[in-house]
Amino acid sequence: MSSEALRAPDPYQLEPRPAGAHASPAVTGHGAGGPAPKRIVVGYGFWIFLLSDVIMFASFFAAYAVLFKNTAGGPTAEQLFDLHNTAVETACLLASTFTCGMASLAVGQRSQKWTQIFLLLTGLLGLAFITLEVREFLSLVHRGAGPSRSAFLSSFFTLVGCHGVHVSAGILWLGTMMAQFYAKGFRQDIRHRFLCFSLFWHALDIIWVGIFSLVYLVGTLPPELLP
Amino acid sequence: MSSEHEFDAGSTVGEDLAPGATGREHTLGQEVGGYVLGLALAVGLTAASFWVRGTDLVYGPGLALALLVLAVAQMGIHLIFFLHITTDPDNANNVLALAFGVLIVCLIVFGSLWVMEHLNHNMVPTQELMRMQR
Repeated sequence: MSSEALRAPDPYQLEPRPAGAHASPAVTGHGAGGPAPKRIVVGYGFWIFLLSDVIMFASFFAAYAVLFKNTAGGPTAEQLFDLHNTAVETACLLASTFTCGMASLAVGQRSQKWTQIFLLLTGLLGLAFITLEVREFLSLVHRGAGPSRSAFLSSFFTLVGCHGVHVSAGILWLGTMMAQFYAKGFRQDIRHRFLCFSLFWHALDIIWVGIFSLVYLVGTLPPELLP
Repeated sequence: MSSEHEFDAGSTVGEDLAPGATGREHTLGQEVGGYVLGLALAVGLTAASFWVRGTDLVYGPGLALALLVLAVAQMGIHLIFFLHITTDPDNANNVLALAFGVLIVCLIVFGSLWVMEHLNHNMVPTQELMRMQR
């Protein structure tokens, strides 16, 4: 039996049901209505995970904000960062979040061809982002501004590196999703995984908005303009 | 299976939404249009951030605040157009979880800045401390 075709109503919906459509008794929220549909449970659970991931990033942001003036006599953000590189990285990640959205529409249309094309684009843009970031990190280390140089650089490498690790893991996940869509088709469980992947990818771009705005743009302001 | 459980498979009217799921009936064109609009707004806000950073038209000490506001605005755009977190009644669960997340994030970031700022102000300077220990 296809559980999609005969989908039971979500007993915990908060909106009044349309008259006559599914007149199930009001559920009190004590489990009386049975479990919510799997799609909602999976999506909501992953959303909670993402929010806790965001809280982890918030701690790293707080560390950076507290420490970024503690350069221990070493180079400052203003001297180190190349904003052109940041702009290109931002463009790559923003474009990849868009192609990821297009891929989820292609999945909705059950189009294998467009799903694979858009996922491939998403992955390539993600790889371009990671390449630029690794290049930036290597150039910083070569210039004697590695993570052990000062508290400012430790917090910088932790925050931005953690985001980079997330993006790298996302690219691996993306490759897995492409293989699974190809080998197993648009099965319900695969689509649930893809829903989680797209949430993950979009959330990473939100984190990046914070990083390029606060670490790169605010961080490189001349000291007299900083709060 | 009783008749009350028989639904139009395509219809999601009245169901709670998982985050990231567009619930209402939209044509493909409308959905693509939503993503394109979101992309245009995000590109505009990103460009504005980089432009504000480079210009001297904005009052200098206000630059950091302007960049923060642009960042928060862009995060909102991403949440609405890409993650589809809206004020829809269906979405209340997701919004409440998000609100709690935002509360914790603000507590961590602004709390750390506030406490550490005061700590720096109130701490005995290192040189004075050395003199006292002598």
